[in-house]
Amino acid sequence: MSVTAAVELAGLDKHFGDVHALDGIDLTVADGEFVSLIGPSGCGKSTLLRVVADLEEPTGGSAVVAGKSPRQARLDQEYGMAFQAAGLLEWRTVAENVELPLQVHGAPKVQRRARAAELLALVGLADFARSRPAQLSGGMQQRVAIARALAPSPRLLLMDEPFGALDEMSRERMQAELLRIAGETGAAVLFVTHSIPEAVVLSDRVVVMSPRPGRITEIVGGCRPGAGTADLAPEHIDDVRESSTFFAAITAVREALRKGHDS
Amino acid sequence: MTAPLVPPGRRVRPAPVGGARGRAGSVLAPVGFGVLVVLVWQLVVVTAGVPAFLLPAPTAIAAQIGGQFAVIVDTAAVTGSNALVGLVAGFLVGFVLAVLASSFRVVSDLTTPIVFAASAVPIVALAPVFTTMFGSTTETPRRLVVAVVVIVPVFVSTARGLRAVRPVHAELMTALAATPGQFARYVRLPGAVPFIMTGLRLAAPAAVIASIVAEYFGGLQNGLGSRITSAAANTAYARAWAFVVASIVLGLLFFLAGLLAERLATRGRPV
Repeated sequence: MSVTAAVELAGLDKHFGDVHALDGIDLTVADGEFVSLIGPSGCGKSTLLRVVADLEEPTGGSAVVAGKSPRQARLDQEYGMAFQAAGLLEWRTVAENVELPLQVHGAPKVQRRARAAELLALVGLADFARSRPAQLSGGMQQRVAIARALAPSPRLLLMDEPFGALDEMSRERMQAELLRIAGETGAAVLFVTHSIPEAVVLSDRVVVMSPRPGRITEIVGGCRPGAGTADLAPEHIDDVRESSTFFAAITAVREALRKGHDS
Repeated sequence: MTAPLVPPGRRVRPAPVGGARGRAGSVLAPVGFGVLVVLVWQLVVVTAGVPAFLLPAPTAIAAQIGGQFAVIVDTAAVTGSNALVGLVAGFLVGFVLAVLASSFRVVSDLTTPIVFAASAVPIVALAPVFTTMFGSTTETPRRLVVAVVVIVPVFVSTARGLRAVRPVHAELMTALAATPGQFARYVRLPGAVPFIMTGLRLAAPAAVIASIVAEYFGGLQNGLGSRITSAAANTAYARAWAFVVASIVLGLLFFLAGLLAERLATRGRPV
């Protein structure tokens, strides 16, 4: 275990011209921790994720990812990223899509093959290695995208509403899947979502944000089941979804969101 | 952040006609119609006594095809190989120009207007000039004419395909810290393949037309185009029509080959 946090943001600022997208964000994500960012559209949660991913440059403050500058972390593939659209390369097979990050970093073919097989087994798609993305459902494509993000064994997963386009049933299945994968790999997750129950059930901590300027209103404790465990039963997650702490946390997040809206 | 599922301009393949009967029908219907047209043609020519210079009877044309078959195959091979050489050369030039144009702004500014200007050049204007430039004992002028005709659709469709990168793919490659070369190899070029193949499909039959028309302006007398002109000049109308039929077959062959290449290259992709 390394002593540095997965993400450390201090006084982070981001302006897009006149728009103040992020204002004085202080946030630390510990190794192996699952943190969700929630807030209304335009609150800067995606921007925050993109700053961590070095897809945007902050205009002020400091960002440290895996003990390095975001740029260095990106170059070293310290993080894996999943977007709202799965964004698979449709001319490649499922396995070749998972291999892509390793291919970009020049890993030998044999090693790539083995790793892709391992990851596809992890996301339950071992039988689809040679399929084309177009043959898979939306949920399956998103699982491939997660496997791809995990390919370089990153310490950190950055996810920008990855389940936003899925129906409610696939969404719950994917949440269980993601919790199991996060437990097994021990990766920290920074997760952007619009859904309060999703944020609560997945996270150790839920970061509630408010817009114009994008600020952290409050940080609420989540209900993540089985943190740090490798074998997480789906029933366990259902138990959490029906527990009183789950509803209490949902209420707390909702109130925090409203407070951010009124201020 | 919403990305369009289908890049603008990507060709949408029509839904397949359902069932074996539908597929057989889609072949039988046009074939049946063609047979009907030929029958009516024959009937009109025979009953109305249409003079041969106006319209020879299908049976007369068929007799010429049978009698001249070896010659027809030889001449079609010459015209076809000119079309093929020109097609390959024009494809390579159009493709390379489009790749350069999409990589370097200065190349784009230089070539794009010229290629579009080239699309406005009528091949009938070029053919006699090329024939004079290279002499009448070589196939080069015809192949050049074909190449000029092919460059334009290949350039346009390739350039368009190379620009059609989905934003999510661009972000992904940035997040993966891919080099510009890797971005081109893994995303830009493979993503452009359907567009490139569409350009090739459009260019293939045009190559045959250019190859035949180029022969109308002198030079070697060994291809379909020169045989059509000489047969017509010698009032051998049925023979001229026999070579016209061969030209149609050659054009269809190129069209089908282009279509097949396009289908193969876009297999397994969402359309």
